[in-house]
Amino acid sequence: MIRIRLYASLAAAAFALSTAPAMAQDDDLMGDLDPASIGADEVDEAVLEGDEEGISVTVTADAWQDLGIAIASFATNRDEPTPANAQGTRALGLELARVVYSDLRFNGLFRPVGPDALPRPTYNEITDPAWPTWRGRSAEMLVHGYVRNNPDGRLTVGCYLYDVALESELVREGWVVNPSEWRRAAHKCSDLVYSRLSGEDPFFDSRIAYIAETGPKDNRIKRLAIMDSDGANHRFITNGQSTALTPRYSPDYSKIAYLSYVDGNPRIYVYDIGTGRQTLVTQSANPTFAPRWSPDGRWILYSMAVAGNTDIYRVSAAGGGTPQRLTFSPSIEVGGSYSPDGSQIVFESDQSGAQQCYIMNADGTNQRRISFFGGRCASPEWSPRGDQIAFTHIVGDFHIAVMNTQGRNMRTLTNGWQDEGPTWAPNGRIIQFFRTERNTGEASIWQVDLTGENERRLRTPVGASDPAWGPVLP
Amino acid sequence: MNRLIIAVTLSSALALGACSKEPPADLPPVPQDVTPAPTPAPTPTPTPMGPQPGSQAHFSSAMAGADTIYFDTDKYNIDSEDAAALRRQAEYLLQFSGARATVEGHADERGTRDYNLALGERRANAAKNYLVSLGVPESRLRTVSYGEERPVALGSNEQAWARNRRAVTVMIER
Repeated sequence: MIRIRLYASLAAAAFALSTAPAMAQDDDLMGDLDPASIGADEVDEAVLEGDEEGISVTVTADAWQDLGIAIASFATNRDEPTPANAQGTRALGLELARVVYSDLRFNGLFRPVGPDALPRPTYNEITDPAWPTWRGRSAEMLVHGYVRNNPDGRLTVGCYLYDVALESELVREGWVVNPSEWRRAAHKCSDLVYSRLSGEDPFFDSRIAYIAETGPKDNRIKRLAIMDSDGANHRFITNGQSTALTPRYSPDYSKIAYLSYVDGNPRIYVYDIGTGRQTLVTQSANPTFAPRWSPDGRWILYSMAVAGNTDIYRVSAAGGGTPQRLTFSPSIEVGGSYSPDGSQIVFESDQSGAQQCYIMNADGTNQRRISFFGGRCASPEWSPRGDQIAFTHIVGDFHIAVMNTQGRNMRTLTNGWQDEGPTWAPNGRIIQFFRTERNTGEASIWQVDLTGENERRLRTPVGASDPAWGPVLP
Repeated sequence: MNRLIIAVTLSSALALGACSKEPPADLPPVPQDVTPAPTPAPTPTPTPMGPQPGSQAHFSSAMAGADTIYFDTDKYNIDSEDAAALRRQAEYLLQFSGARATVEGHADERGTRDYNLALGERRANAAKNYLVSLGVPESRLRTVSYGEERPVALGSNEQAWARNRRAVTVMIER
């Protein structure tokens, strides 16, 4: 995926295209393809004039949740065939807007209205909205977009956010994507809108690894599976012949560390998504479990039981290095989650007699207990923002809770019978976890925001547990 | 009158059972006599001789339930009941010196996944170490933890959890 600059006016862009016949094919994206701007948030200077007032709009935290946002069908310059949609780019434009609408709606963000309830703008209206139409629909914000089929088969998707009352553009961005990645362009548009209006970091364009569960409780089949953050592009990685548990994406999404019983023992394997091959995390006859990546991807934490005693170790993710033991107690030390800067690890230990949460330096020094509220503290996960730790709070039932890194300001976010295994959205604003039903043992993945008010079940094809949310894709 | 006596006997047995382990004290007695063998193996083999010594079927029927020991919540200590069962297992393993066994450690569903794997390791090793202390060569025993992944009792109540917190000895068949 390539991020591009967009023209303020599609009419002008079309003009520029038609008057530049001498351009080589790779340059047909013209001014809107600028490799130097990849990863930068640059705006075409030529179109900034008369635009400044839109840039300065900031919406405060409480206000933005109530914003009405109209998300109209994305337009296309020419309805052409594309592998991304059997009906062509015009139909794809509708699907793109539907994905943006679903992203915002499912996450309880704003008050979105989707393309199926709105008029379809023309291609030229994408950069020149029909303001009277949108004012009459109580939409405070307007999302427009377009999709163009390029001669090389890739797609250019543009996304524009407008303030309807001010009749001004707030932000715009475009991406060139392979047809198979068209949904990512929609998620990037959702992220653009969400970040611009909330001031938070993006999170939609990300993936989740989890365990898909089928079959009865006494013969459950557990398979490694992956999906996009909205549940699309679902894929099974293992076939279910051996139990798979607790996956974790590497920070660059190239690998998944997970537990498998494929040789009859619980062992962590590192699965390479590109090659489909997997290797043992460490060449040891001892059982290994609870894999975790360091934020820079250079280390893998794992827990290993030696003669029944479980401690936490780390090993170079590149393979071949000598594992370093980080904990030495005869009690159970297990799990672990790095602080975003990689300097500290929060983990659980039952050295006090029951599971509690502890912090140590990344080299194992300076271990200290942080959880002193009632109940037990299990499966702690450090927020990508650094300020919070999510964990499973065991107080009879299992709840998802958060605390600060001193173990204070504990807040309970969920109230299920058995909610466990928190994993953070890449922006640290949402937590996914899995919920097990009493008696049936049916498991499903849920998410909750930090207020605890917006709790939702994810749509998965079968039962689901052990979610692990990866970072935002580049 | 008879009925009353039976009731009293039962309830005192319950009380004894409940006291024989660490807290929580309101647990039901270890349901050793009602627990089925972990693998339904009594199907007769084609040979008229019955199960071969050292086979899982032979071991399971010889143990009559003593192939499994039970634990309290988060515990892995061997109590007197467990010790009696492990002595029977050890006698078997010493009698049939070619037999090799896996000790499987299990946890109930009322724990977090990673911790339950660690807990299963503790339980399997506690049982294995006891067998070794009775003279069974360590080389003939291996352990595996299944955490909470392989329950035998499927309810979500104290009775079911008590049956699932267990270590099961299973013959390795060649």
